[in-house]
Amino acid sequence: MTDTLYDRLGGEAAVEAAVDIFYRKVLSDPSISDFFDTTDMDEQRNKQKAFLTMAFGGPNEYIGKDLREAHAPLVEKGLNDSHFDAVAGHLDATLRELGVADELIGEVLAIAGGTRDDVLNR
Amino acid sequence: MAEITYKDAAHVCEDGETVLDALLRANADIPYSCKKGTCLSCMVQMTEGDVPQDAQKNIRPSLAQQGYFLACMCRPSGPLTIAQADDAVIYGRAIVTGIDKMTPDVCRVWLRPSTPLYYRAGQFVNIRRDDGIVRSYSLASVPRLDRELEIHVKRMPRGEMSNWFFDQVTPGDGLDLQGPNGDCFYVPGTPDQNLLLIGTGTGLAPLLGVVRDALDAGHTGNIHLYHGSREATGIYLADEVRALADTHDNFHFAPCVSGSAAAGPFRAGRADEAAFADHPDLKGWSVFICGYPAMVNAARKTAFMAGATLPNIHADPFDFRDLRHEARDEVEDKPDLW
Ligand code: HEM
Ligand code: FES
Repeated sequence: MTDTLYDRLGGEAAVEAAVDIFYRKVLSDPSISDFFDTTDMDEQRNKQKAFLTMAFGGPNEYIGKDLREAHAPLVEKGLNDSHFDAVAGHLDATLRELGVADELIGEVLAIAGGTRDDVLNR
Repeated sequence: MAEITYKDAAHVCEDGETVLDALLRANADIPYSCKKGTCLSCMVQMTEGDVPQDAQKNIRPSLAQQGYFLACMCRPSGPLTIAQADDAVIYGRAIVTGIDKMTPDVCRVWLRPSTPLYYRAGQFVNIRRDDGIVRSYSLASVPRLDRELEIHVKRMPRGEMSNWFFDQVTPGDGLDLQGPNGDCFYVPGTPDQNLLLIGTGTGLAPLLGVVRDALDAGHTGNIHLYHGSREATGIYLADEVRALADTHDNFHFAPCVSGSAAAGPFRAGRADEAAFADHPDLKGWSVFICGYPAMVNAARKTAFMAGATLPNIHADPFDFRDLRHEARDEVEDKPDLW
């Protein structure tokens, strides 16, 4: 049996290593930072971890319907493809910064890309 | 939806709702403050049913085993029977052993608990007066160095507890004490890490605890403490802190005054701004921030963007709601703490 993508990436430790880097990138990108700006950084960080765990193919409780619900208020505020691409770009850059192998990054981006319609509520 | 029974009355907890919110909605009598699992004031005991793990995360294992959990962190999945926490388990007695009015507005108070408290400098305790009023105070004392607990109290215009400490308490008086709580403390093991500490008002108390703890533990990295106040009179204990800086090459102290013209030995401007101007790159640093909530929130973000990871940013966890919900509507300009 081969390891899952999540295991090959390093599991929870990989999420932990990625989350601050990713969150910082998102907050410093003015095209999307407003979506993430909150006073409760701990809670926001947990949500980022949920996002990363999911994109890493890890154990998570989210299904398409949950993703729709979580992002519906954002879509109302104008969340669109360009924002989605920006987030995917920061995910890509985060993994590169951590030295993750290209083919693993490809798998992560494929999982993230597969959620586009749910995230954008289409 | 789950049915919860609290003090023999049945209530309904809606899906996604916390036990605390359900009980407050029903006007049940339950203390709380932060609503996010840090202050521990909403601790109750489960006598039947199951509570999710999240609701016991910040609780001592010995209490968790007895079914104690935090009502504000509990979203039950089935019926629950809950008892009020056994008071003696949560609160102990303590005696005031000394009061030092350092300025017209800030005093330090020493306390001796009736049973020893195992704590780390910078953690906080909840103090309850005999009439039930509760406030949180951070510990400036260091267990290895000080025999007694030390808190700093800032007098607030209509602060019930702070004025009581200033005007009425005398050595020998008793009060109830719960704690220690919180994770704003020095973690040994990385002696060469640089530490940045930013505090306003009596936010100095936990930071001073952390600094003394670190120095005593033989910390070798640089330790930078920025203490801010609007007026020069708000910079208390400066001589003691300076003395500490004079005897430790790696400890640096910058008192900052943001209001009117900054006089003499003080830096002009806000403590957080001075700190981040001096240290724009915080990669690998540990950062401690205590004081006015708006400053703490803004500074956390700035520290994070400057490269500190969130687990390395320790901020004072207090939210300043009154701890007894009956008193929620009472007007108090500002929390006692600052
Ligand atoms: C790339 C695909 C994406 C996935 C797989 C994803 C996944 C998630 C997950 C699992 C959560 C946590 C939900 C919760 O626990 O409440 C979440 C929340 C969130 N997502 Fe996404 N997300 C994606 C794209 C985006 C984009 C493009 C944006 C905005 C630019 C965004 C903004 C947010 C925000 C602001 C939250 C927090 C919502 C709240 O506070 O309730 N996400 N996302
Ligand atoms: S821990 Fe529940 S209200 Fe603070």
